Amino acid sequence: MATYLAGRVIYAIVAIFIISVISFILIQAPPGDYLTAQVTRLQGSGLKLDEAQLENLKAQYGLDKPLHVQYFRWVGQMFRGNFGYSFYYRFSVVYLLAAYMPFTIILALITLAFIYIVSIPIGIISAVKQYSVLDYVFTILGFIGLAIPNFVLALVVMYFFYKTFGISIGGLFSREYVDAAWSLAKFGDLVRHLWAPVIVVGVAGTAGIIRVIRATMLDELGRDYMQVARAKGLSEFKLIMKYPVRVALNPILSTIGWQLPNIIGYFVIAGIVLNLPIIGPVLLNALTAQDMYLAGAIILLLSVMTVIGTIVSDIFLAMADPRIRYY
Amino acid sequence: MRVRLRRRRAVPEERKSRSHRQLIWRQFKRHRPALVGFSILIFMYTAILFAGFVAPNDPTKRFSGRRYCPPQKVHFFDAEGRFHFWPFVYRVSGELNRTTYQYDYVEDTSEPHPIRLFVRGAEYKLFGLFTTNVHLFGVAEDISYLPLGSDQLGRCLLSRIVFGSRISLTIGFMGTFISLFVGLVLGGVSGYYGGLTDTIIQRFTEIVRSIPTIPLWMALSAALPQEWSTVATFFALVAILSLLSWTNLARVVRGKFISLREEDFVMAAKAYGASEPRIIAFHMVPNFMSYVLVSLTLSIPAMILGETALSFLGIGLRPPVISWGVLLQQAQSFQTVALYPWLLVPSLFVVIAVLAFNIVGDGLRDAADPHSIRR
Repeated sequence: MATYLAGRVIYAIVAIFIISVISFILIQAPPGDYLTAQVTRLQGSGLKLDEAQLENLKAQYGLDKPLHVQYFRWVGQMFRGNFGYSFYYRFSVVYLLAAYMPFTIILALITLAFIYIVSIPIGIISAVKQYSVLDYVFTILGFIGLAIPNFVLALVVMYFFYKTFGISIGGLFSREYVDAAWSLAKFGDLVRHLWAPVIVVGVAGTAGIIRVIRATMLDELGRDYMQVARAKGLSEFKLIMKYPVRVALNPILSTIGWQLPNIIGYFVIAGIVLNLPIIGPVLLNALTAQDMYLAGAIILLLSVMTVIGTIVSDIFLAMADPRIRYY
Repeated sequence: MRVRLRRRRAVPEERKSRSHRQLIWRQFKRHRPALVGFSILIFMYTAILFAGFVAPNDPTKRFSGRRYCPPQKVHFFDAEGRFHFWPFVYRVSGELNRTTYQYDYVEDTSEPHPIRLFVRGAEYKLFGLFTTNVHLFGVAEDISYLPLGSDQLGRCLLSRIVFGSRISLTIGFMGTFISLFVGLVLGGVSGYYGGLTDTIIQRFTEIVRSIPTIPLWMALSAALPQEWSTVATFFALVAILSLLSWTNLARVVRGKFISLREEDFVMAAKAYGASEPRIIAFHMVPNFMSYVLVSLTLSIPAMILGETALSFLGIGLRPPVISWGVLLQQAQSFQTVALYPWLLVPSLFVVIAVLAFNIVGDGLRDAADPHSIRR
């Protein structure tokens, strides 16, 4: 186990290094950078820009150096906790991450909990009562849930609430609470706003997991050990919860780690429609404005979360399923 | 609780190897929902070929005085309550409401205009070759008929959806070809040679997979230069969307290569002195093509949804191009949707297409896997 763990950690470090290179290439890929874009804009508006001042700015951000030097500067600064400066928001990237990441992660965690709480029981019921009305209803709902783009779902949910109750459910807080200090009332307001994004983003994930659980359960339900246990007189409920369910949870465990970054990814689009104060819309703005340090930091952060999540998943799985071989 | 025994298909092994494809088709035909999905897809892709014919109007024509016109009502009974065998529409005219600054549309109920099949309307080129003006359905030439209403510029939404399907439905197919190629090559090399090559390719695939899909798609498509031609943007987007599915495909192919590598018939072919490319192309690939097909069918809907999402965010395809995602761009906020709900109609087509692909993929998976229990 220890060597297995060490191997995974070494692999993770290599992976994170390669991903940091990929992220850097990604944000460097668009021709030009924020500064040159800004300069053209200024020239377009008829303002004169001092050449020397421009060179100064470029030197300050290292934009005049060759690419590999820029890369090592970027990474080196990151180790010192400096993720760079956002030209677009005019804040340091660390400040922006600190402002947006907590809500993003909380929202993603709640959504993840929602997905598991809803999908695991439904998946089990669908498999145990195969071909029942419930099974068909959930299968159909699941297919539809997978097919609706989540921004459309967000629009429809908002439209529905606007039409029937005349209220707007965008954002995470009502207007009067946005800048208010934390209080019980503010918390209540947050809860009232949370469910819409949670459902909108959770639906597709729920549908996917129901299908996985149902399929694994169906495979397990036909196995011989089930009949043996039944013949021994184990109650049906105990039997199902003790054996096939435990097997069916393995594929869930093996993906649990990268679900979180994935959900944050889904929140990019839903976040824009639902007007949420999370990292997704910030990423979109950063990407379209070529605000490279901000965009790069967000992509790198999400990828690192995925890599770490994968390791956590692997460890969970190794602990839960003794049949998994370590290599 | 009944004891459910596992039923296996009683197909003799030698027949299976002889007509694998027919076998899959036979099995597939029994899956009723998959057949329905398959028919829907055939219908949609046929409509692409005859887009100009199916669309009642020219998708780029701006009907004057018809901005944000709601879907035109189809009537069977006229103002006097008489029944008409042919459904008909009324002429619709808009009037600017001075208080809301919206157009209010009223029907002129004096004269019914029947909807007919094969009417003559705007000219278009069929298959880009023949100029004609016959449309599947419509009304007499002098009045404009907008079955699903119009957009901000007064363009016919239904016609735009039909033309948009050309892009939205082909983008998945083309992306699939790219991922098929990359997935087959990388997965095949990885599975066939094994060892260090395998480890390197596997690790590389894993790293690519660990960058979350949507941010990766966004970063890549935001990096596409604005000044690129629409064709170049389209192909670039295809390449970006195929990034996700090749990793899946490579995994499937690798797994199959590893299990087939040790099979007797591969050994036999080797002993006979067959060349490696021959073994791969004639002995191994046909054996797992059905799995590849399933994986591809299931990757197309993801690409359709990807295009829709990226175009909706404004970093995918851009307006002169018509695609379902571009059409949905107009429904940016729920305020717009509240005023003009029909702008969401393109999403219905997205849902139907994605649903059809998913169900067909499901049916194919059941049919392709000889060990699966018939569900």
